[in-house]
Parts: sequence; structure tokens; C-alpha cells
Amino acid sequence: MLAATLLCITRRNPVHAVIYLVTGFFALALMFYLLGAPLVAAWEVIVYAGAIMVLFLFIIMMLGLAPQEVPEGPGWQRWGPLVLLSSSLMICTLLLIFQDPMASKEIGDYYLAPQALGEALFGRYALAVEVVSFQLLFATIGAYILGRPLPKGEDS
Amino acid sequence: MIPFGHALAFAAALFVLGLTCVLLRRQIIMILIGVEIMLNAASLVFVAASAYWQQVDGQVFVILLMAITAAEVAVALAMVVYLWRRKRTLVADVFNGMRG
Repeated sequence: MLAATLLCITRRNPVHAVIYLVTGFFALALMFYLLGAPLVAAWEVIVYAGAIMVLFLFIIMMLGLAPQEVPEGPGWQRWGPLVLLSSSLMICTLLLIFQDPMASKEIGDYYLAPQALGEALFGRYALAVEVVSFQLLFATIGAYILGRPLPKGEDS
Repeated sequence: MIPFGHALAFAAALFVLGLTCVLLRRQIIMILIGVEIMLNAASLVFVAASAYWQQVDGQVFVILLMAITAAEVAVALAMVVYLWRRKRTLVADVFNGMRG
């Protein structure tokens, strides 16, 4: 778990960030598996690391972003307050988490078979599945509309 | 097995990293990647809670969250391509004008 943490921390640095992010997703998928969610772990690898990250890489390479990734090094005046803010947020969150007595209770052994997950997904949550499929359709239409060629004279 | 607080703390660390990525980076692609990291932290909390209370619902919601994320990424990347064609850059500070 700590190794996965380290992987996730180191991944944000260059434009190789997407590759590091794929590594982080693999580690996260392993944690999902350890928490008793094998189907979610498999979908994490397939959907996130497989599809979404390839989409990111495709866009980055299509637009040729790789060479001009590091414009000017962000000075400490820029990232200093942000790091201070996020670390203080982190400390407060950790204090809140570990103040709660529930935090020290252990997660019991749990393994959810994919069959039970599928039954819950298409039984009780069938309406939500339908809504999400509608949303995917709308997203496809929206991406198509955004991807049309620009009208004349709109370039600047 | 691990305590519940450790999973929550890990997810909080992941979320804070994603938030830092969103706030720190200027490129729109990196902002989107930060959003992805934060969504993953949320799904980690869902899976951990699902294992904690021995319920199916958290994992079902993670599946739905993945589908929603896929839709969001499709629209966002189409918008990235659109903005690239408009201004030839992806630095978020450049896009500062609106037009009715």
C-alpha cells in the first residue's frame, strides 16, 4: 500500500505524467482487488488504464504537446502557497479521519463475486444504468458537435 | 486486514495530489488529469466503504462513476481539441474571453 502511495506521488512530474498515471492506476486496481472488488479492479485496468489514458496520449500526441511541455519553471512563489495549502488540507483531513473512532476498526474479509455485482447492477440499479447510458450518448453527441470543423473566420 | 482509516487516509492523499495537480498546472490536459486523480480517490473511498459495510452498493456506484468519467473525458478532450484549433495553445490563462 505504501509502495502504491509512492508510485502515485512520483507520477505527476513531466509529460510522462500519463505513463506514471497508468502505473498509478494499476496500483489502484490492485488495491481494489485487495479490498474485495475484482470486477471493479478489472474495469479500472480496462477502462481507465486502457481506454481513457490512451485517449489522453492520443490527444497529447495529436496536438504535438510533448516538446513544449516545460515552458518556464514554476517559481517557488507559484507553487509554494499551493503546496502549503494542500499540505495543510491534508493534515486537517488526516486529523479528522483519525479522530473518528471508526477509523481504527478493521475492514473485514470481503469478496464480492462478479455475479452478485452484476445482479445488483442490473436489478436494483437498472434505472441508473439507463441514465448513465443516456449520458454516454449525450457525451458522444457533444463531442461530435465540438469536433466539427470551425466556421470561416473564427480562427484567431 | 487493514483499518478503515488507512484506506481513507490513502484516498485523501490521492485526492490532495489531484487537487494540487489541478491548481498547480496551467495546461488544460494536466488539469484534466488532476480531475481524473480526484475521481479515482473518490472511487477508492467507495470501494473501501463497500468492503467495510459488506455491501454491494459502493462497487455499483464505482462502475457508474467509471462510465460517467468516460463520458466526461470524451467531452473534455473534444473541447481540448476545439480550444487548440481556436488558439493554438492549451495554457489555461490564454482562454480569458467570452463572446455572446
